[in-house]
Amino acid sequence: MVSSFKSREAILGAAILALVLAIAVRFPAFVAPSNLANVFNDTAPLIILALGQMVVILTRCIDLSVAANLALTGMVVAMLNTLMPNLPVTTILLIAVALGALMGLINGLLVWKLKIPPIVVTLGTMTIYRGMIFLISDGQWINAHEMSDAFKGFPRASVLGLPMLSWIAIFVVVFFVILIGRTSLGRAFFAVGGNPHAAVYTGINVGQTQCAAFVLSGALAGLTGYLWVARYAVAYVDIAGGFELEVVAACVIGGISIAGGIGSVGGAVLGALFLGIVKNALPVINISPFWQLAISGSAIIIAVAFNATSNRPKGRVILKKAEHAL
Amino acid sequence: MSLASPDTQPGAGRLLPDRLKSPLQRFLTSWELLLLFVAIGVFILNSFASPYFLDPWNLSDATFNFTEKAMIAFAMALLIISGEIDLSVASIIALASTAMGFAVQLGADTGLLVVIGLCVGLACGAFNGFLVTGLGLPSIVVTIGTMSLFRGIAYIVLGDKAYTGYPADFAFFGQGYVWWVITFEFVLFALIAFLFAVLLHFTNFGRSVYVVGNNPVGALFSGIRVPRVKFALFLLTGLMSGVAAICLTSRLGATRPSIAFGWELEVVTMVVLGGVSILGGSGSIPGVVIAAFVMGMVTFGFGLLNVPGIVMSIFIGLLLIAVIALPRIALQLLAKRKA
Repeated sequence: MVSSFKSREAILGAAILALVLAIAVRFPAFVAPSNLANVFNDTAPLIILALGQMVVILTRCIDLSVAANLALTGMVVAMLNTLMPNLPVTTILLIAVALGALMGLINGLLVWKLKIPPIVVTLGTMTIYRGMIFLISDGQWINAHEMSDAFKGFPRASVLGLPMLSWIAIFVVVFFVILIGRTSLGRAFFAVGGNPHAAVYTGINVGQTQCAAFVLSGALAGLTGYLWVARYAVAYVDIAGGFELEVVAACVIGGISIAGGIGSVGGAVLGALFLGIVKNALPVINISPFWQLAISGSAIIIAVAFNATSNRPKGRVILKKAEHAL
Repeated sequence: MSLASPDTQPGAGRLLPDRLKSPLQRFLTSWELLLLFVAIGVFILNSFASPYFLDPWNLSDATFNFTEKAMIAFAMALLIISGEIDLSVASIIALASTAMGFAVQLGADTGLLVVIGLCVGLACGAFNGFLVTGLGLPSIVVTIGTMSLFRGIAYIVLGDKAYTGYPADFAFFGQGYVWWVITFEFVLFALIAFLFAVLLHFTNFGRSVYVVGNNPVGALFSGIRVPRVKFALFLLTGLMSGVAAICLTSRLGATRPSIAFGWELEVVTMVVLGGVSILGGSGSIPGVVIAAFVMGMVTFGFGLLNVPGIVMSIFIGLLLIAVIALPRIALQLLAKRKA
């Protein structure tokens, strides 16, 4: 099992390396350290969200409301900033994370307490959260000149040569490596997704664990909401529209099984990096950005097909058709 | 109860009653009847809310709010009953519409446009069906992928441009009237509803759809070709998306790559509101028909009151969650009272 995880990440890593090398042959400037740092910074929001989505998918759920959560939190903190320009950034960050976690908690409670299928819950809350942005903002944009300099400056502030946004992504990755590898909650995510019935017998509360995954995903969406709005210095209703699918795509490409229980932090990060490099490379190699949607769609299909074939049991399959039916 | 997880089979541990309920009793406690009361209630509320509501021409126009989505919802209902889902339907509309627009630039006539629309729908459905049944991949991920892929192709072809210049007689599908105020689209909707009701409730194929959704392994051992049934349902959903693409393109008279954006959510909402279990195995076509009317009338009523579309979507989202949550809350309360 462990070796197959390792090899999947190695294959994805090799694919990314080959992609970067192929670009570098034609356009050497793309692999300049400063540009690679830019690509990483651009991909940071996707990395953060993909890690949150990963734990949700590990527990056999799916969170389609992340982008709407991000947009609503971003709008709320942007409006707070226009009303109270002197609010310190740390307070804004706390509010963003708390608000995102609250929205994740709503998803989680609906899944845990009422046992509504996660896809229905998050499809519903996705439209509700998006609609609420319109209600609170009246459809108005909040532009750069309405935001305070401290609010806008934080994600861009350079520390040791890297912007704060990149550092936060790195911090989140480290946090998840510890959470997944070193805590009982991290182990519970896998147990719940791998076999919910067995998890119950080992004393894990399945619903509670799934709820925790949703809260985690929501908190990260809220955090990204502030970072996103502050970085691009604009907030409007449709911000990050459709981004939830890109997040799911990053997870699927990274080898996280939609059936739950299989996945790794490294996989999610590599999956997000793959999409981020494709997105950043398209303009460089003179392909219109309109190709991006089709490329990420194909990448999802190829990745999931690849994972499905590599996960097939090696032994002799006697009832092949019956296995298919499942 | 403690073992419950979202993946627990819906039928697992269900007790067989000693005596079956009479058909009248079943009808009086059915989801469809409750939904019918909601529909009548919304209708009455709307007629009080706006003086323009009871105008026959307005009511006729209101049907556009749901007929195109409902055509897909019937096929989606069968697919969800069989335990799969197709999130790519709106993107199939975009791709089929783009193909038709491309053909118009080459001088295709109305008949050819219809054939192209239907064929693109079928081809997309076949692609989804092959990935799910042929390669054994989970339909939710596959169709999230093809959702990006199909719409992505529309974006590659169209970019930020739009196709216009559809032939004059092509406009009939989305704008034509058949009898006085009755639109062609509404007649088509009624016909498709009838055909799907017959298919699901009065044929062997319809029976097997339920069986597959309730227990795929059991279905296989009882001689049902499970992958073939699922493949057929993906084809059918693709075909209905093609039909909806023809109606919508004809009604708008133009194709943009963002056409029908977000419709997959509304179609799934309609199906779930109609009483189809998202876990598969149960649901009915009359339920989906009434749900279509409810959703159409709610949005039309809000429209007459000048409520913006995005605010309506809040209510659709709330409706979706409430409709599924309320019976579960009621059941949990009942169980507590008994205990």
